[in-house]
Amino acid sequence: MKNTLKQVFGSGQFMMGFVIISLIVLTIIIYPLFNPGNPLERIGIGTFFKPGTYVSAFDTVNARQFYTLNLPDAEAKRVGSKLSPDDRVSMMEWLVAAGVSEEDIDIEDTDSFVQLWWDTYDPNVRFDSMTTAFRKKIGRIDVALEGILEDMDVIIAKEGEDGSLAQSSVVAGSDYVNVADVANVRFLPLGTDNFGRDVLKEMISACRTSLLIGLLAGAIATLIGLTLGLLSGYIGGIVDDIIMFVTNLFTVIPGFVLLILISFSIGQEQRGAPVVAIVIGLTSWVWTTRSVRAQVVSLRNRDHVNLSKLSGHSLLRILATDILPYIASYVIMAFILQVCSGILAEAQLSMLGLGPKTTEIPTLGLMMYWAMAYTAHLGGAWWAYFPVVILIALISFSLNLMNTGLDQVFNPQLRD
Amino acid sequence: MSEQAPTALASDLRQDATGIPVLSGKGVTKVFESGGKKNVAVDHVDFEFRQGELVSIVGESGSGKTTLVKMLLGLTAISEGDIYYMGTKRDISTRGKKKEYWKGIQAIFQDPFSSYNIFHKIDAVLLDCLNMRGLGKLPKEKKLELITEACSFVNLKYAELTNKYPFELSGGQQQRLMIARIFLLKPRILLADEPTSMIDACSRATILDMLLNLRNETGMMIIFVTHDIGLAYYISDAIYIMERGKFVEHGKADQVILTPTADYTKRLVNDVPKIHQPWDFSVNFGK
Repeated sequence: MKNTLKQVFGSGQFMMGFVIISLIVLTIIIYPLFNPGNPLERIGIGTFFKPGTYVSAFDTVNARQFYTLNLPDAEAKRVGSKLSPDDRVSMMEWLVAAGVSEEDIDIEDTDSFVQLWWDTYDPNVRFDSMTTAFRKKIGRIDVALEGILEDMDVIIAKEGEDGSLAQSSVVAGSDYVNVADVANVRFLPLGTDNFGRDVLKEMISACRTSLLIGLLAGAIATLIGLTLGLLSGYIGGIVDDIIMFVTNLFTVIPGFVLLILISFSIGQEQRGAPVVAIVIGLTSWVWTTRSVRAQVVSLRNRDHVNLSKLSGHSLLRILATDILPYIASYVIMAFILQVCSGILAEAQLSMLGLGPKTTEIPTLGLMMYWAMAYTAHLGGAWWAYFPVVILIALISFSLNLMNTGLDQVFNPQLRD
Repeated sequence: MSEQAPTALASDLRQDATGIPVLSGKGVTKVFESGGKKNVAVDHVDFEFRQGELVSIVGESGSGKTTLVKMLLGLTAISEGDIYYMGTKRDISTRGKKKEYWKGIQAIFQDPFSSYNIFHKIDAVLLDCLNMRGLGKLPKEKKLELITEACSFVNLKYAELTNKYPFELSGGQQQRLMIARIFLLKPRILLADEPTSMIDACSRATILDMLLNLRNETGMMIIFVTHDIGLAYYISDAIYIMERGKFVEHGKADQVILTPTADYTKRLVNDVPKIHQPWDFSVNFGK
C-alpha cells in the first residue's frame, strides 16, 4: 500500500494533475474566507462591467485631503483616454484628405498626433468627398479636444436649503487623492456578469458546486457500475445475461439524449444541483459496468478465488476481499473519469438551459449559459465566459492527467 | 518422518484398492459452449476412488485434467453425469452444503504464486482453515499452537512467517504453506493439481515427500493430477490415463505402466526420458 502510493505520487503526470486540482480545491476553500458574502449578490446595476479596480467617485471627491502633483504627462494621458480609437481613425481620415502623408501620422502617439491635428485642422475647409455627417463628427471631436485642453477646474456644488446651488469645493486638474484615503474601492479582477455579479466570486462558488456535482454523479455512476459489474461478472449465468441486457440497452441509447429527456421531464422547479447530479450519475454507469465485468470475468477463475471458495467464504466476502482489491486501481481510475465527465455533462446540460435551477446556485455551466444568453461573446465581454471555459478545461485536464498517470503506474504494459 | 527417503515411503504405501469408495463418478461430462461451438472438455468419464488410495490422473496439456478437478471440487458445474461422495449422490446446491462438502475435499493448485490473495497475510490464510473446521472460537494460544504445528509439519517456522505476505516466500515455501493449510483442514480427499510442476526439482522431492507424509498421518485419499507419467508411477496406487477428455486406460499403477494396452499410454510411457528408465525399473524390481 505504502509502496503503491509512493509509485503513484512518483508519477510526474499524476502529480501535475494532482497539484492543479489541489490548487483549485484550495482556492475554493480559502477564497470565501477572505471574501465572504453571497456570491450571487448583484453589486452592479448594468451588464458586463469590465475587469478592473472600481473607485468610488463620491468618496474621491469627498476625500479628506487633496494632493497637488504636477506630472508632465498628465494632460496627454487625459486626452489619450478621451480619444477613442474610433475618433482617432476619423481624425486620421480627415488629415489624409487634407494632404498629410499617411506615413507621418502615428495615431498611437497621442502627443504628436494631437499636435499634428492642432497644426492642420481648419473647421472651414470642406472636401467634396466628405459627407456632412462626417464633417460634423470631426467638428464635435475638435470641440471636445479643446474642452479637455482648456485648463478648467471642476466645481463641486451642493444644493442649499432653498434649492440654489452653492459652490462647496473646486477640483483642479492637478489635484490627486491617495487611494488609501478613498473609503470605497472595489477590485473586480474579472468584472461583473450580466446580472452585475462579481464574476470571480461567482466562478469560485460555481466551481465548488460543479465539483460537488461531478463527485456525486461520479460516485453514483461508479457505485452502480461497480455493483452491477461485480455481480454480473462473478455470478455469471442468468444474472449476467439480465444485467448485460439492461447495460447493452443503455449503451445503445445515447446517454446524453437520455440525460436531456430526464432533465426536461423533471421540470425547472425540481431541478436543484443534487437532482442534476443524480440524473447524470444514473445515466452514465454503463461503461463502468462493462469494464468492471470484463475485469471480474478474468479474475473469477483465478486460483486465489478458488482457494477462497474452498475456504468457505461467502459471495460478498469473496467479492470484497478477493475481487475488489484486485480491480481497485481500475475502479479509482474509472471514478476519476466519471467525475470529469459529470462536470462536463452538467456544463453541457446547463448550456442547453436544462441545468440546475438558475436563481439559487451558480454552476460553471450556468455561468456560460447566462454569458451566452446575454451575448457576452458578441459584446466582447470575454471575462464573463472565457475564465469559466479555462477553469472547466483545467479541471478536466488535471483529472485526465491524474488518470493517465495512474494508468501508467498500474498498467504494466505502459511502464517504461 | 520427513527424514525418511521418499523411495522407501512410496513403496511402503502402495496399497491394494480395497477401501470403501469415497468419490466416484458416472458419465461425468463437461461441455463448454461459446458462439454455437461446442467443446467437450471431459467426455463421459467413470471413476471410483477409494479410501486411503493415491490415484494419479495422467494426461497431456488440454486433455481435460484441470476441468475434471474443478468439477470434482464443485467449482465448475457438471454438464452431464453424476458424482457420488461417500456413496451418496453429491449435493452442493446451497452454500451450506458446499461448505460441508469442502470440509471433506480440498485442493492444492498448480501455481503457488497465484494461489494466494496478495492482500492477505499468511496468518489470515491459516486462521481461515481453523474457522473452516469450526475451531474459530478456540483461545488464541490454542490456535497458535495448531498453526505452529502445521507449519513445522512442512518444515516452516511460524515465527518467521507471521505478519508476512505469501508473495514474500519462495515458490517451494508457498507450496509447503499450501500443504500446511491441508494439514490444518484434514480433509478426507485431497486434489493435487500438478502441485510440483512450477517448482524446482529440489523442492519437488520435498513437496512429494510431504504429501505422502500427510497421507500417512491422516489416511486421506489423494488424487494427484500430473502430466508426468514417471512421477505418477513412482507415487501412485492407481493410475487413470486421460486423453481428449476420456479415460483411455485405468488400473493399478504396475498394470497400467508395465502392461499398457492403449496406444496413448504406450506413447506416454515411451516418451519418458531414457535416463530415468533404469531408476524407475529399479524401484519396481526392488519391490
